[in-house]
Amino acid sequence: MSFIPAPLSRFFHRTASPPHFYALADKLVPWLTVLFLLLLIPGLYGGLVAAPADYQQGDSYRIIYIHVPAAWMSLFIYVLMAVMGGIALVWRMKLAEVMLISSAPIGAGFTFVALVTGSLWGKPMWGTWWVWDARLTSELILLFLYLGVTSLYGAIEDKRSAARAVSILALVGVVNIPIIHYSVEWWNTLHQGPTVSKMDKPSIHISMLIPLLLMAGAFKLYYAIAVLQSAKLELIKREPSAQWVKSLLENKA
Amino acid sequence: MSLIQAFFAIVRRDLLLAFRRRAEMANPLFFFVLVVTLFPLAVGAQPNLLQAMAPGVIWVSALLAALLSLDGLFRSDFDDGSLEQLLLSPHPLSVLVLGKIFAHWLVTGLPLLLVAPLLALFLGLPGQAMPTLWVTLILATPLLSLIGAIGVALTVGLRRGGMILSLLVLPLYVPVLIFASGAVDRAASGLPVSAQINILLAMLLLALVLTPLPTAAALKMSVN
Amino acid sequence: MEHLQPAMLEVADLYCRRDDRSLFSGLSFGLRPGQVLLLEGSNGSGKTTLLRILCGFREADGGEIYWSGRPAAESSYFADMAYVGHADGTKKELTVLENLRFALALSQPGQYGIDQALQKVQLSGYDDNPVQSLSAGQKRRLSLARLLITRNILWILDEPFTSLDKQGMELIETLMDDHAKNGGMVILTSHHDLTFPHLSLQRIHLDSCL
Repeated sequence: MSFIPAPLSRFFHRTASPPHFYALADKLVPWLTVLFLLLLIPGLYGGLVAAPADYQQGDSYRIIYIHVPAAWMSLFIYVLMAVMGGIALVWRMKLAEVMLISSAPIGAGFTFVALVTGSLWGKPMWGTWWVWDARLTSELILLFLYLGVTSLYGAIEDKRSAARAVSILALVGVVNIPIIHYSVEWWNTLHQGPTVSKMDKPSIHISMLIPLLLMAGAFKLYYAIAVLQSAKLELIKREPSAQWVKSLLENKA
Repeated sequence: MSLIQAFFAIVRRDLLLAFRRRAEMANPLFFFVLVVTLFPLAVGAQPNLLQAMAPGVIWVSALLAALLSLDGLFRSDFDDGSLEQLLLSPHPLSVLVLGKIFAHWLVTGLPLLLVAPLLALFLGLPGQAMPTLWVTLILATPLLSLIGAIGVALTVGLRRGGMILSLLVLPLYVPVLIFASGAVDRAASGLPVSAQINILLAMLLLALVLTPLPTAAALKMSVN
Repeated sequence: MEHLQPAMLEVADLYCRRDDRSLFSGLSFGLRPGQVLLLEGSNGSGKTTLLRILCGFREADGGEIYWSGRPAAESSYFADMAYVGHADGTKKELTVLENLRFALALSQPGQYGIDQALQKVQLSGYDDNPVQSLSAGQKRRLSLARLLITRNILWILDEPFTSLDKQGMELIETLMDDHAKNGGMVILTSHHDLTFPHLSLQRIHLDSCL
């Protein structure tokens, strides 16, 4: 830890102490919720109403306002989990373990949403619910990686060991994600011939792009809200008899 | 004693153990043959279909056989306390673990090399794809052991870790499956395969260096 | 054997928690060369957990372990200790000799050769017997032979007297006594009281360490 300046290290340790983090999360969540709605409402309006219909796909393309941000989040959260895992393993920071565990079901949720919307989108585009498209297949494997994390954590009784196990797994997974991604792409071109991927549009009209970015921001904020709430619960579950939890419950009562 | 001696002591001990338990040793091999046999029974014996499916069938079966054999990698060491003694050794655990993986591959991966070409013949894989099948098996079966070791190390402390093990390991096997069966597939149609072979070789070298570390860390977690 | 370096184990303010329950806290003790420490306590009082922390298998929730005045991780502690747990760490398909040779390959050669050690634990002549053909008591004595053939100062023994008869117990106490006289140290848990009169014995009762 010596290569981190002392004041910075002190700051991290203070912020990462469970009672302090709990109070901070409590304060942050309402603000994040307001911000989330501020991005979500114009994003949805812009995407579903204001943006023009696609000249090829008509209105069915509008599912990208859910699909694309969800797919981005699915990858983003897994990378974040690996970072948390690294911090948890190197500095033994409990908060990082808690954030990693709390992120996994949310990430799995986003991955699932990306898969379902991708498959719904496939129906009007390809006339079938599922095609072995490279992105959809990668997303499916990512879902398995998420499920591996959650089920491993659930299976190990001692929660400290479980947190170490999933930290290792998340790091191994994140090294593998690019390899899996490229191998699946390669497999896809081998077996189906080069198809123009639906997301590789060289340019997207600005009136379509702005709502997409708004939705991406809204999804990030939704994740922040969800992970903070879930981390709060996880912290209490981990040390139910700690002094700060007791005083917290007394204050609430 | 030196690290090299410790490494070979582990390899020798595990080979000796495998030899003393040789009845168990053949099980993954039988499993492999059996799974391959199931395919013609399930999809019909049309030679064209089987020939087209042969690389995939062989590789999926090899994957499942490797998965099945993985459980034995650390299980008995965990149960009888040998794993604790390995952890207490002054030598780096990752190197000792590599010794165990190497012995495991010699016992479970190498026999696949001998049987797979025979099965490929049964499925009607063209002769020109045989050398490629061999090369992919030589490169990719150690990969399966190396990657799988991480999963076993994470789940060896669990009483019912088998299902979770497959959930953890199979997604990580995807690139191996794609490149190995892809190479055999291309070789069967007379296309060059050096790209796939090189990628498999790169993955093997990478895995040799990288996978023992998380495996050792996971074993320490499991012994806890 | 006065030339063994005077290493000393110092445990300071050790704290361990399991499932939100404190197993022990504020646990401190020191161990000098030649001393034997007996951990006592009811089932579930954390004896085995303490041993596993001392072996480095488990992390303590607080406190520090020092070896020769330095934190254990930065010292030669892990090279100087040896552990025999509930599972004795021998392979039942291998012979006595093969097991001991393997143990030696993982460690540094110690005070006794394999033949001498087998003689000491009264297993001479069993060299080529597979371990699965040995009785429970013989297996236990074999696992102790491992302590004799490898270089170590601190023995950590979890219930070494299980499945031993009276003679077996006396044998182990003799071995511990020899080890202590040579400047070694022993930490053990046991349900039986030690009877050997000359041991410089310390006791810690874990139920009172909450």
